[in-house]
Amino acid sequence: MNIESQDFYTQAILSMSALVGLTSFLMLGQGRLLRLIFVFAVQGLLLTLTTSLAAYSLDNPHLYISAVLTFALKVVFIPWMLHKQVLAMNMHRDVEALKNNTAVMLSGASLMVFSYYVLQPIIHTSSMIMLNALAVSLSVVLLGLMLMISHRQAVAHVVGFMSIENGLFFAAIVATNGMPMVVELGVAFDVLVAAILFGIFFLHIRTSIDSLDVDLMNKLHEVDK
Amino acid sequence: MIAVYLLLLLSAAGIIFFALTGHKDDIGTLNTRINGVSLLITIWLAITVFNQGTILSGGKAFLIDSFNVYLIVLTAFVGFTTSLFSAPYMAHEKEIGKLTDKRLKLYYSMYQGFMLAMYLVLTTNNMGIMWVSMEGATLATVLLVSLYRTPESIEAAWKYFILCGVGIAQALFGTILLYYAASQIGDSGNALLWSVLHEHATQLNPDILEIAFVFLLIGYGTKIGLVPLHNWLPDAHSEGPTPMSAVLSGLLLNDALYAVVRNKMLVDGATQTHIAGYLMMGFGLVSFLVAALFLHRQKDIKRLFSYSSIEHMGLMTFAFGMGGALATFAALLHMTVHSLVKSAIFVTVGHAAQITGTQKMSQIRGLIKTQPKVGWGLLIGTVAIAGFPPFGVFTSEFLVLLATMHSYPWLTPLLLLGIGIAFAGLFRHIQPMVFGEKPEGQNAIKANLIPVMVHLGFALWLGLAIPSFLSDWFSQATQLISGSAL
Amino acid sequence: MNWLIAILQTVLFVALAPLLAGFLKFCKCRLQNRKAPSLLQPYRDLLKLTRKQPVISEDASWLFCLAPYIIFSSMVLAATVVPLIAVDLPTSASADVIVLVGFFAFARFFIALAGLDIGTAFGGMGSSREMTISSLAEPAMLMAVFTLTMTASTTNLSGAIGHVLNEGLILRPSFVFALFALILVAIAETGRIPVDNPTTHLELTMIHEAMILEYSGRHLALIEWASQLKFMLYGVLIANIFFPWGIAESFGLSALGYGLLVIVGKLIFLCIFLAFAETAVAKMRLFRVQEYLGFAYLLGLLGMLSHIILESTR
Repeated sequence: MNIESQDFYTQAILSMSALVGLTSFLMLGQGRLLRLIFVFAVQGLLLTLTTSLAAYSLDNPHLYISAVLTFALKVVFIPWMLHKQVLAMNMHRDVEALKNNTAVMLSGASLMVFSYYVLQPIIHTSSMIMLNALAVSLSVVLLGLMLMISHRQAVAHVVGFMSIENGLFFAAIVATNGMPMVVELGVAFDVLVAAILFGIFFLHIRTSIDSLDVDLMNKLHEVDK
Repeated sequence: MIAVYLLLLLSAAGIIFFALTGHKDDIGTLNTRINGVSLLITIWLAITVFNQGTILSGGKAFLIDSFNVYLIVLTAFVGFTTSLFSAPYMAHEKEIGKLTDKRLKLYYSMYQGFMLAMYLVLTTNNMGIMWVSMEGATLATVLLVSLYRTPESIEAAWKYFILCGVGIAQALFGTILLYYAASQIGDSGNALLWSVLHEHATQLNPDILEIAFVFLLIGYGTKIGLVPLHNWLPDAHSEGPTPMSAVLSGLLLNDALYAVVRNKMLVDGATQTHIAGYLMMGFGLVSFLVAALFLHRQKDIKRLFSYSSIEHMGLMTFAFGMGGALATFAALLHMTVHSLVKSAIFVTVGHAAQITGTQKMSQIRGLIKTQPKVGWGLLIGTVAIAGFPPFGVFTSEFLVLLATMHSYPWLTPLLLLGIGIAFAGLFRHIQPMVFGEKPEGQNAIKANLIPVMVHLGFALWLGLAIPSFLSDWFSQATQLISGSAL
Repeated sequence: MNWLIAILQTVLFVALAPLLAGFLKFCKCRLQNRKAPSLLQPYRDLLKLTRKQPVISEDASWLFCLAPYIIFSSMVLAATVVPLIAVDLPTSASADVIVLVGFFAFARFFIALAGLDIGTAFGGMGSSREMTISSLAEPAMLMAVFTLTMTASTTNLSGAIGHVLNEGLILRPSFVFALFALILVAIAETGRIPVDNPTTHLELTMIHEAMILEYSGRHLALIEWASQLKFMLYGVLIANIFFPWGIAESFGLSALGYGLLVIVGKLIFLCIFLAFAETAVAKMRLFRVQEYLGFAYLLGLLGMLSHIILESTR
C-alpha cells in the first residue's frame, strides 16, 4: 500500500486529512480567540472540500448536501456567531498565554501516534487505505479534547467541541462515505442547537461571574468542603 | 404502528404549544394531562406488543420489543407522576418569585422536549437516530439545569453540557465504526438498523466492534454516570429544579444504559468473547464502590441521592455486564424499581427543601414533626433505595448477589461491602433530618404526595409479588439480551 | 565534461547569490513604496568592501582573521552539494543531506566563535542567540529533510530529487508538512523577519549582525557574500526538493539552459513570497522564537508521521 500506487482521488483525500490534522495542531497553539475561530473556519472549509471531492469521485449526490450543510454550519454560521460574541464581550484583546505550549504540542503529536496505534487492528484486517485517514480523524477528535483541556476560555472550549464534531464528520466521510441522510441531518441539527445553546450560555456565564474564564467556575466540588 | 407516531407527535406538539403558553396559570395541569394521555398511549402500545410480539414499524424505523416496551411505559409513568408533582411545585416557585414567565415557558416546552427525546431513544431502530435523540435529551435539559441562574447552577449546567457533549461525541465515533463494520457485510441503507444488525451480528468484524464498543461505553457511560465520567451528575441533579432532578435520575440514566445494552448485544454476537461484559463489569463495580464511599461526605441532600443514583446505575451496569439469565433479569427489575423509588425520593426531597428553604442537610431537621407525610415518605424512600426487604430493590440486589456468587464468587464480598457502606452513608444523613428536633418557624406546605405513595407502592408490590405479565416481559427480555432463559 | 558542468554550477551559485539578495531588496522596497536601488548594488557593495583595508582589534586572535575564509569556503562547498540546474552531477553524488547540514553547522560554529573572539558584549550576545536558535532549528530541518529521504530511500540529495522527479505528480501529505517546516526553518536560519531583522541598527535586537559587528573590509565582504550564498542555498533547497520539475536530468545545453531558467523563475517567486511575508509580519520577541521553532519541529514530526501512517508500504 504505497501512495504512489493509488489513484489521484485517494492521494487527495490523504493530503486533505493531513491538512485537517495540521489545522488541529494550529488550533492547539493559538492564544488569540479570533485567530482560533479563523483556523476553525479553515478546518470546516477543508472538510467541505473533502466532502465535495468524495461526492464527485464516488458519484454520491447525498454528499453534496452534506457538504453544503457543513459549509453553512461550520464555515459560516458557527464562526460568525462566535466571532460576534467575542467582539461583543470585548475579549479579542486578551491573549491566553499558554505556559507549556511545547508540552501541549508534543503531547498532541503523541496523541496522533496513539490514535494510529488504537486503530491498528482495523488496518490489518481490511484493505481500505481510507482507514489511515480514519486514524487521522480520531486524532483530530483527541486533539479537540486536548484543546479543551489546555485552554481556559469558554469560547476555546466551544471551538474544541466543534472541532471534535469535525473530526467525527471527517471519519464518517472517509470510512463510510457519509452516514445515512437522516442521521446526517439529525447530527447537523444537534450541532446547530448546541451552538445556539453555547451562545446563550456565554451570556449567562458572563452575567454570573463577569468573565469567560472557566477556571473561575469552581464553587461545586466533588466532596463538599 | 399508530401508537408510536401518536406518542411522538403528541410530545412534539407539546413543545410548540408550551413554548407559547407556558407562563399561564394552570398550565401545569395541562402538562399533566398531556403526560397522562401519553401514558395511556404507551399502555395501549404495551398491550399490543403483549398480544402481537415484537413490532417493527415505519419501514423498520421503529422497533418495540420486550426489552424496551416496559421502559417506554415506565418513562411515560414517571413523566406523568412527576408532572403531577411539578404543577403545584412550579406554581409555588413562580409565586415566591424564583422564576419568571419566560423561564416557565422554557421549562414546560423543554419538559415535553425531553419526553420526546426519551421516547425516540427507546422506540427507534436506527442506531444513528438513537444517538441523535440522546444528544437531543442533553440539549433539552441543559438550560433547565441552570433555570435558577445562580452561579452554582450555571456552573453545573456548563459542566453537564461540556462533559455530556464530549462524552456523547465519543459515542458517535463508536456508532460510525459500527456503521463501517456493518456496511462491509451488506447494503449500507440498512446498516444502522438494530434489528438487521442483530440478525447478522456474527458476520460483523470483531476487531472493529471491540473498538467501537469501547467508544460507545465511554460515550453512553458518561450519560449513565459511570465513574470516572460522573462529575456532571451530582451537580446537574442537585442544581436544577426538583422535577428535573426526578426525571433526570429516573429516566435519562435508564435510557443511556438501554443504549449501552443494545450495543452490547451486537458486540457479543460479533466477538463471541466476553470483552464487552468485562468492561461493563469493571466500570460498574468501580462506580458502585466509589459512589458508596462518596455518599458519606455529602452535605447537600440532592447530591447525596445523586451519588446514590450513580451507585445503583453502577450496580445495574455490573449486572448487565455479567450476562447470564439471572443477572440480566435482576438488572431489568432493578432498572424499574430504581426509577420508581428514586423519582419518589426526589419528590419528597423537593418538598423538604421547600419546607426548610435550603438543601443543606445540616439545616434540615425534624421533618416527621413538621409534615409527617414528607418525613415518612423520605424515610421509606431511603429504606427502599438502600435495599431493605420487602421493597423491589432488595429483590433485585439479592438476585445480583446470587448471580455473582454463581459466576464470580470473589466479587461478592466487594458488592456486600458496597451495599453496606451505602446503607450506612444514607442512614447517617437521613436519621437526623427526619427525626431531629423541629426548628422554629418551619411550617408544612401544600404538597401533593400521592405520586410518592404510588411509586413506593409499586416498588413494594414488585418486591413482594411481580405480576405475571411483567415477569413474562422480563423473561423475554432476558432471553433476548443474554441468549439464555431464566 | 561532467566535472566542468559541476564547477560551472558552483560558480553560477556563488555569482548569482548577490543578485538574489538585490532582487529581494527590490521587492521589499517596492512593497514599501520606495524607489529600490539597482539590482547590481550588492556587487558594488562587495567590491567596495574588498578594496578597503580591514581594521582588526588588538585583542583579535588568528581565529578572527581566518574565520571569514572558513565560512565562505564551507558555503561554497555546500553549494557544490545542492543541485541548482542539474541533478546527477559528480560533486553532488559524493555528499548527502547530512553532510550539507554539517557544512551549515561548520560555518555557524566559526562565525559564533568569531563573535566571541574580540570580547565585546554584543558579539557574545549575538553568538549565544545564534547558537540557541540553531540548536532548535537544526532538528527541525533534519526532520523535514528526513521526510524527503524516507520517501526516496536515500539521503543523497540529487538521488532523492531525481526520485521525486521521476514519480510524476503525487500529492503527498508528508511533503506538505515538510515544506512548511523547511520554510519556517529557512527563515530562522537565514535571519529574516520574523526571527531576526537583517536591516536593524539596534544592537540589542540583532542576532546575526551582532556577531559580525567588528568585521570590516574584505573580511566583511566574504562574510556578507557567505550569508547571501546561504540564503540562496535555502531557497534552492526549498524550490528543488518540493517542486523539482524543470531541473535538467541530462547534460545537453538546452536542458541546462532550461534548468537555469526554471530555477531562476522559482527563486524569483520565492523572493516575492518572502518579501510579502516580511512586510506583513512583525519581528517576534526573542523568547517566542523557541515556540516558533518548536512548531517547525512539530511540523517536521507530523510530516514523518504522515509518511509512516498515510503513505508507506506495509
